[in-house]
Amino acid sequence: MKADLADDENSGRLPNAGSPPLLTLEGITKTYSGAKALDGVDFDVRPGEVHVLFGENGAGKSTLISIVAGAIRPDAGRLLFRGEPVDIFSVQHARSLGISAVFQEFSLVPQLSIEENLFLGSEETTFGVLDKSATRKRASELLDQLGFSLRATQRVAYLSRAEQQMVEIAKAFRADLSVLILDEPTASLTDKETDQLFALIDQLRSQGVGIIYITHRINEIRKIGDRITVLRDGCAVGTVGADISETDLVGMMTGRIIDQIFPSVRYRPRERVIETRGLATADGAIKDISLHVAKGEIVGLAGLVGSGKSDIARACFGLIPVSSGSVHFEGVETTGKSPRAMLDAGFFYVPSDRREEGLMMMRCARESIALPALSTPEFSKGFALRRRAESERANELAKKLNLQPRNIERTVEHFSGGNQQKILLAKSLTRKVKLFVFDEPTVGVDVGTRVAIYRFIGNLCENGAAVLLISSDMPEILHLTRRVYVMCRGALTAELTGDQITQENVLRHCFEREAA
Amino acid sequence: MSDEGSNAERRKASLAESSLNLLKLAFVRLGVLPFLLLIAVVVFAVMSDNFLTGRNLLNVVRQSTYLALVAVGQMFALLTGGFDLSVGTILAVTSVFGATAMAAAYTAMPEAVAAAIAIGMIVGIAAGISIGVINGIGVAIFNVSPFMMSLGMASVGFGIALYMTGGTPVYGMPIEFGDIFGFGSIYGLPTPVAVALLLIVLLFYVVNRTRLGRYFYAVGGNIKAARLSGINTRLTLFLAYVFCGGMAAVAGMLLTARLDTGEANIGATMPLESIAACVIAGVSLRGGIGRLENVVLGALFIGLVQNGMNLARIESYLQIVVIGVLLILAVVADQFRLRIIANMRD
Repeated sequence: MKADLADDENSGRLPNAGSPPLLTLEGITKTYSGAKALDGVDFDVRPGEVHVLFGENGAGKSTLISIVAGAIRPDAGRLLFRGEPVDIFSVQHARSLGISAVFQEFSLVPQLSIEENLFLGSEETTFGVLDKSATRKRASELLDQLGFSLRATQRVAYLSRAEQQMVEIAKAFRADLSVLILDEPTASLTDKETDQLFALIDQLRSQGVGIIYITHRINEIRKIGDRITVLRDGCAVGTVGADISETDLVGMMTGRIIDQIFPSVRYRPRERVIETRGLATADGAIKDISLHVAKGEIVGLAGLVGSGKSDIARACFGLIPVSSGSVHFEGVETTGKSPRAMLDAGFFYVPSDRREEGLMMMRCARESIALPALSTPEFSKGFALRRRAESERANELAKKLNLQPRNIERTVEHFSGGNQQKILLAKSLTRKVKLFVFDEPTVGVDVGTRVAIYRFIGNLCENGAAVLLISSDMPEILHLTRRVYVMCRGALTAELTGDQITQENVLRHCFEREAA
Repeated sequence: MSDEGSNAERRKASLAESSLNLLKLAFVRLGVLPFLLLIAVVVFAVMSDNFLTGRNLLNVVRQSTYLALVAVGQMFALLTGGFDLSVGTILAVTSVFGATAMAAAYTAMPEAVAAAIAIGMIVGIAAGISIGVINGIGVAIFNVSPFMMSLGMASVGFGIALYMTGGTPVYGMPIEFGDIFGFGSIYGLPTPVAVALLLIVLLFYVVNRTRLGRYFYAVGGNIKAARLSGINTRLTLFLAYVFCGGMAAVAGMLLTARLDTGEANIGATMPLESIAACVIAGVSLRGGIGRLENVVLGALFIGLVQNGMNLARIESYLQIVVIGVLLILAVVADQFRLRIIANMRD
């Protein structure tokens, strides 16, 4: 059986090397409010191959597959499908061409049954009336063909994540398939389910389907990948065979000229500001976390998206209920205290999603900046606001952070992404803060702002504040921090210091390595 | 020759374009309300000679007072991203409880008129506010959607008011109550207008100059950011519904004084009209945006339209149609305005 599989792989790989691609992308560019998400990317998929897209979070993988799947349209460049130029204008259009995507975020309606979800938008009808028995028959056939042990009548809401993933994959199979996009499909699957999925992928490969596969797991690339294209900052760095070494691959993924981007920060740790002991949250996102951050140091917290990095800070800040363990702030236990109490103690949490959690998009910049400090004597006296002091302070901070345009009465929404990020940072300077926690501070900002943000963080640290930098961005971790905690699946997997902080070391502890 | 002609044409075109742009800018800056007000005044002035007289305009102000109070209360619910459909019921409950208590107190001690009036008003307003309190608890603590919570309370309150009165008006309040709070005046200002002005000025201060006021905007603007900034979002949400209930209760008591009876079926049109006044005034239904002074103007506008239609002898049933149409038009215009803003950004 094993030998068979290996044979299959080999016979699948070699003959197709010269065959014309199913889908070709040429010079694809996509810009989001000034920041280039994709910059002239070339990419192609051949029939019967698994083409892996590899890169850091934010490198442009999601944008690329969204373009292929018809969810968004590129600003420049063209797509060729079976050698013919096409303009994929919608998800439906992509489907009609045989291009289907299984995204990380599911597109299932939880209230409907599996069969209803499978054929949503292309229901079986007789004279305009839903033909339920035909739907059920086709759904069952589809699930059987894929070898999924699911009942077609089950309601999606009651399925596990892995089962929902299977439904999502099955949905892609309801029509003839020529290109299948899988976005980290194994993230929520068990080993057994993963094996099932891989068998399925092999089956598809032998049928000549081209597969675009996104993963962070190097083992998976080894198992099923044929070619790998590495994306970095919206550019295709190169396309290589799956036999590339891990070191080379990681080098391609992260390597960049970083000397000027990162400031050198003096490292002089003093007394501890925050310390957690065996911290775990009620929702199980993190377990047994013990870490500490001292004044005058930037501590990194690395890990993949969803590893629970943010949850640590959120639990300490009183946003997530703690189930066991304790948090100590300046030697005083503060487990379970409210955000207000933590703010007053000198803990400032800068969230990762400025739109979602950071700013009032439809209000002016001044109000967002002043919000965390309204209860301090500088901004209010009793119940009354000190509006002049508020304006002066907001103006001063806008100047300090070089907000462009420097108009604090402008609606936040009308600022560019990078300047919105500056407004977010300005919020943290309105109070006396001893510990700054930055959660992905440079997501979606251009290089210029990035540099400004790193300087900003460096200055805070040199002025004696404690800084915890939560980041999925490897260079950030490597160059700004002298001590790094690495997380995987809600647990700390390593504490690295000084020379131990290398790409290989950090990544090794980030990625899961299934026992092969 | 032809060049000159085309030049003149071009100049004309550019002039038209620039004046159109100016109009656009005014529309974007000010919203629909000033335009609607202008149109209404012109139309009704043409339709009726009596419209643009001092006495009639004072009449408009007096008639709009009750709506203005309720609409300003409604604004608090809208600012936080919710709304209150029970404002009409709050008027009814306030009226019935207030009138019943006042009549009972007056019967028990006919000589203490002032005390009876005070007791009645306190009971009525407390009854009205309690509905706001329950709305607030439901929305802030139990996360019930404002739509269901206030719709449910509208039914509860209306049922209680009908049950208490059997559907008939409550009589027996001291005549002085109506004389002072319904028809009286303070320094030439009708009492209801004076009371409303006082409350509006007070709330204007709260909304624009106090922390609490800013918190309403913050909770509606981004409730998660507000929470991360250490704001007690539940308390803020709760207070929004209490404020709303309080304003509706005051309106209910003043209207009771005007009618001289406690009625279970006053205020039926208030939910629609108060939300209409807010929306026409540019309050966002998604929360976070809205100015109190504009809401007062919005209420005045609706009063103006109703008054104008009365003078123009438009049938009262048709007037209800017009109010609905105006509300929808205002929302459409606002969507249009947002699209212009989006285009202007590029």
